[in-house]
Amino acid sequence: MAETAVEKKEGVFTFGKKERKLLTDPLNDNNPITVQVLGICSALAVTTLLVPSIVITVAVIFVCAFSNLFTSLLRKSIPKQVRMIVQLVIIATLVTVVELTLKAVNYDIYKQLSIFIGLIITNCIVMGRLEAFAMANSPWKSFLDGVGNGVGYGVILIIVAFFRELFGKGSLLAGSPLEMKIIGATPEYWINTAADGSWFSWYSNNNLMVLPAAAMFLIAILIWVHRAWNPKLVDIS
Amino acid sequence: MELLNVFIKAAFIENLILSYFLGMCSFLAVSKTLKTAFGLGLAVIFVLGITMPINWLINTYLLDETGILGQDLTFLRFILFIAVIASMVQLVEMIIEKFSPSLYNSLGIFLPLITVNCAILGGSLFMVSREYNFSESVAFGLGGGFGWFLAIVALAAIREKIKYSAVPAPLRGLGMAFLLTGLMGMAFLSLLGIDPAAISGN
Repeated sequence: MAETAVEKKEGVFTFGKKERKLLTDPLNDNNPITVQVLGICSALAVTTLLVPSIVITVAVIFVCAFSNLFTSLLRKSIPKQVRMIVQLVIIATLVTVVELTLKAVNYDIYKQLSIFIGLIITNCIVMGRLEAFAMANSPWKSFLDGVGNGVGYGVILIIVAFFRELFGKGSLLAGSPLEMKIIGATPEYWINTAADGSWFSWYSNNNLMVLPAAAMFLIAILIWVHRAWNPKLVDIS
Repeated sequence: MELLNVFIKAAFIENLILSYFLGMCSFLAVSKTLKTAFGLGLAVIFVLGITMPINWLINTYLLDETGILGQDLTFLRFILFIAVIASMVQLVEMIIEKFSPSLYNSLGIFLPLITVNCAILGGSLFMVSREYNFSESVAFGLGGGFGWFLAIVALAAIREKIKYSAVPAPLRGLGMAFLLTGLMGMAFLSLLGIDPAAISGN
């Protein structure tokens, strides 16, 4: 017993180079969206505005990190044949926790996100990390891997949402106390396109950005930029 | 005729992939060749068509306050829905293996993967939030599956052709698939003009 305790102290909560790599890798070389192509399903529809995207990001980081942690803790007692079901139950429980919390804390955003909170269950990135990482690694490392992948996912989401909200609605963080009105045709906006002699009188919001298709184009551009900058990711096939 | 409305709406106007991004992961991963895309599309229609009514029954008679148990158990919805989907996929897999081994072999790994296809769970959750009745939920399941099938077959066909084009290297593969999906989404937008009521003669 004493031996295992010592082992835990040394091995479990260290934070060295390897652990740091677990956090930073998903941001670039192994990004969940642009490289692993996982988890695109559940959240792209929420990226029309920044606030729901941030909420989803936080929820995914939470679910990803803790499902990785719990699966890793249970990994030696899960029979191979039923591991999918066990993993799904863990994920579904955590998502239920998120859903009920959000419902209690901010009902408006809960309504706005509607089914997309529930869809975190089938977000492939959560399941994918459980299969690929948590089933074979220690709890602490799995936890870090979950946080890393959640953040890597969220970064893309927030970049996409930033452009979609700025060009689609002319505002940023609409619906929160920090709302910024950047460009629009009323005096409330920083750049008032309707003012006399305004340099931006030609500008109007791009309705394409509000459509689902815009998210696809933005991600395609992100992938393009990412791969041009990091050529080892280029698809040779 | 109401059912036809729901079907057309689910298949074309509110296509699960092109306007809600549901089932994107397998959509992008499996659309490299037309044949596998076709098989997966059929399997999705099948699974959506089966799980939707079952989840409707569970939601109405088990989880709802007015159901058999007389208690509001909606917080169990996610867990039960995903369990139904996982077991249905398993069942479908066993049935297909028994009665049509050739179809089973051509579908391969994609059949179990349907469990984590967001379109299936998303369909069930939409069914709940839109308060469909039983027959509407069947129509919605079949229509949604059909729309998914159309989209993946179309994308696979385009991707097979685009292999021979000079695409910039960083955009090859994944990037191009995203652009194509976006363009298809815009094309499907023109279907917004369809009035389902006019078609069914209401």
